[in-house]
Amino acid sequence: MKVRAQIGMVLNLDKCIGCHTCSVTCKNVWTSRDGVEYAWFNNVETKPGIGYPKDWENQQRWNGGWERTKSGKIRPKQGAKWRILANIFANPNLPEIDDYYEPFDFDYDHLKSAPEMEAFPSARPRSKISGERMEKIEWGPNWEEILGGEFTKRSQDYNFDGIQKEMYGEYEKTFMMYLPRLCEHCLNPACVSACPSGAIYKREEDGVVLIDQEKCRGWRMCVSACPYKKIYYNWSSGKSEKCTLCYPRLESGLPTVCSETCVGRIRYLGVMLYDADKIAQAASVEREQQLYDAQLDVFLDPNDPEVIAAARAEGVPEDWIESARNSPVWKMAMDWKIAFPLHPEYRTLPMVWYVPPLSPVQNAAEAGAIASEDGMPDIKSLRIPLQYLANLLTAGDEAPVVSALERMLAMRAYMRSKTVDGVVNIGVAKRVGLTPHQIDEMYQIMAIANYEDRFVIPTTHREVVEDAYDLRSGCGFTDGNGCSAGVSQGKLFGSRKFVTPKDGWQ
Amino acid sequence: MHGFIFGIYPYIALSVLLIGSIARYERDPFTWKSSSSQLLRRKQLILGSVLFHVGVLIIFFGHLFGLLTPLAIIDALGISHEAKQILAMGVGGIAGVMALSGGIILIHRRLADPRIRATSSMMDILILSLLLLQLFLGLLTILVSLQHLDGVEMVKFMRWAQAIFTFDPRAASYTEGTSVLFELHIFLGLTIFLLFPFSRLVHMLSAPVRYLWRPGYQIVRSRKRDFKHPAE
Repeated sequence: MKVRAQIGMVLNLDKCIGCHTCSVTCKNVWTSRDGVEYAWFNNVETKPGIGYPKDWENQQRWNGGWERTKSGKIRPKQGAKWRILANIFANPNLPEIDDYYEPFDFDYDHLKSAPEMEAFPSARPRSKISGERMEKIEWGPNWEEILGGEFTKRSQDYNFDGIQKEMYGEYEKTFMMYLPRLCEHCLNPACVSACPSGAIYKREEDGVVLIDQEKCRGWRMCVSACPYKKIYYNWSSGKSEKCTLCYPRLESGLPTVCSETCVGRIRYLGVMLYDADKIAQAASVEREQQLYDAQLDVFLDPNDPEVIAAARAEGVPEDWIESARNSPVWKMAMDWKIAFPLHPEYRTLPMVWYVPPLSPVQNAAEAGAIASEDGMPDIKSLRIPLQYLANLLTAGDEAPVVSALERMLAMRAYMRSKTVDGVVNIGVAKRVGLTPHQIDEMYQIMAIANYEDRFVIPTTHREVVEDAYDLRSGCGFTDGNGCSAGVSQGKLFGSRKFVTPKDGWQ
Repeated sequence: MHGFIFGIYPYIALSVLLIGSIARYERDPFTWKSSSSQLLRRKQLILGSVLFHVGVLIIFFGHLFGLLTPLAIIDALGISHEAKQILAMGVGGIAGVMALSGGIILIHRRLADPRIRATSSMMDILILSLLLLQLFLGLLTILVSLQHLDGVEMVKFMRWAQAIFTFDPRAASYTEGTSVLFELHIFLGLTIFLLFPFSRLVHMLSAPVRYLWRPGYQIVRSRKRDFKHPAE
């Protein structure tokens, strides 16, 4: 047993209102720069839809993630190491920027500087790459917002696999949900495995996956290796970039920017202890539907004295073990089993998990007709097809999703009878295999969702990881050669001068 | 002039190549990259880049072994100079045509595609143009070589190249009386060496062959410090 700690995230999709605050605050902090205008480390997709970049979930097309070989081992779906190197001159699996969208801005200046004209001046779009006029914007970061576009296009969604999807194009049968996405900080990251330079790594102490910008050579194999397409090639700097899980904030015990600013309070951050020795085995189980269970098996119970002793032996700090015991991620993923990994079939063992959304019962007439026991409607009458959610979260296995949705409905029924009727409905709790105490806790964490319940983040032990004396008068985050940027005008080796926001104003 | 180009310029170019590359790697590692533009435009890149790189790699290693293998070893192996020259012309010719056609596709893409044009630096365009010119000159020298298939001229350049690396002060004298095409080809080659550390060519030095025998697939970094010397 090799105990490691990882900061995991859970997103409660039942409460996501699709406001994009997470995406916008993330962009303002991390990607409002040349070369990554098109990149959204966090984005919110409306499902069903083909997403961003187009059709990202379809690994038949993009060859992301891992595949299991006949010998029972896993290798990157792009191919073994020699195949990855053979594609280094031109990567056949790399999306083009149009698969994301061509970044653009508008000629705002024209609005005030236009000469007197017959027609009112308008601000027309211009490409941020070539600077040329764009006559028509064909695609954007959120083109399918709230079921935008024809159903025939959106129904290419990979999660419709095995579903008679035609009827969901009808107005009466339609359904939708939001899916906020970010880097999964996987336990078995495909990007790390595909980086020829060895620039991408997973941090031992908190599991954050990062790209060493000074070691990245821009071979761009990580972009195609990541099945979630959450590594972005910066076309200006020639380096790949990704979500950092806001590690400078985490290190100080603060939640990520996307979590902090989430108005729906849907995001949870907490520590998970896991057994690093079990990763290879879990990622290479034979059936894709076993992957969810296999990943659960990798996690270690922070209340188990044996695990605690092993964690101490590995040097996991005491407050991290304590945080793991109070982790909301542990509670939702392991205790209540209402959170699931996104597309476990990619075999990356992702660490951003999702609580599936409830949806209205199909229609009022049917609602009256269905047998509702203890005030709970039949789960099959919900508007979002179970198979769809299962394809998204459990490689197509409906049973765990049914159980999760039932538990969430039970929580509602239980709390309704408790607060409205003043009755503790033990029957409904028993029916879904929970105790009244557990439901009370679920209600506290999922419905009330206090800040300190959502974010249980131990701080980094700086005394262990770095010499703070060396960090004094540091220059924070810069591209390039430490603090020297900004001193000289030109640069010998052709890098762009780093412009601080303050310089930008002048 | 001949003495300068063949006797002194090689040392200038190689010194700048060496010291410049070390300085850039050490001082500005963030700029050390391949500068791929595939994300912006896939069209033309797949064919152009593969042809160009494969061709250039063959030519590069051909020159490396062809010029720097000591004559004694060539003789010991029993390879005649005629055979070696014909091999060089044949393989080099095919690889040269590959690289040149790939390079023409790439420079067309770089100059004609608005996205690639807008994101190209002066050095990107300059270095690609120089490489194309160099490939063209190299192919032209095959015509000169056809005039004398005995390998004598080739041996002159081998002796010269080896003299440079063995600090033989008479290096320049070995190539006297060779065709002006060869002289241009060598001068331009040395100039490309000179520009190497200031261009995207540095990505050659990072060719990730180490990846093939990197153990396992995952990389974990620990920041835990060594506590051999706790605060005193």
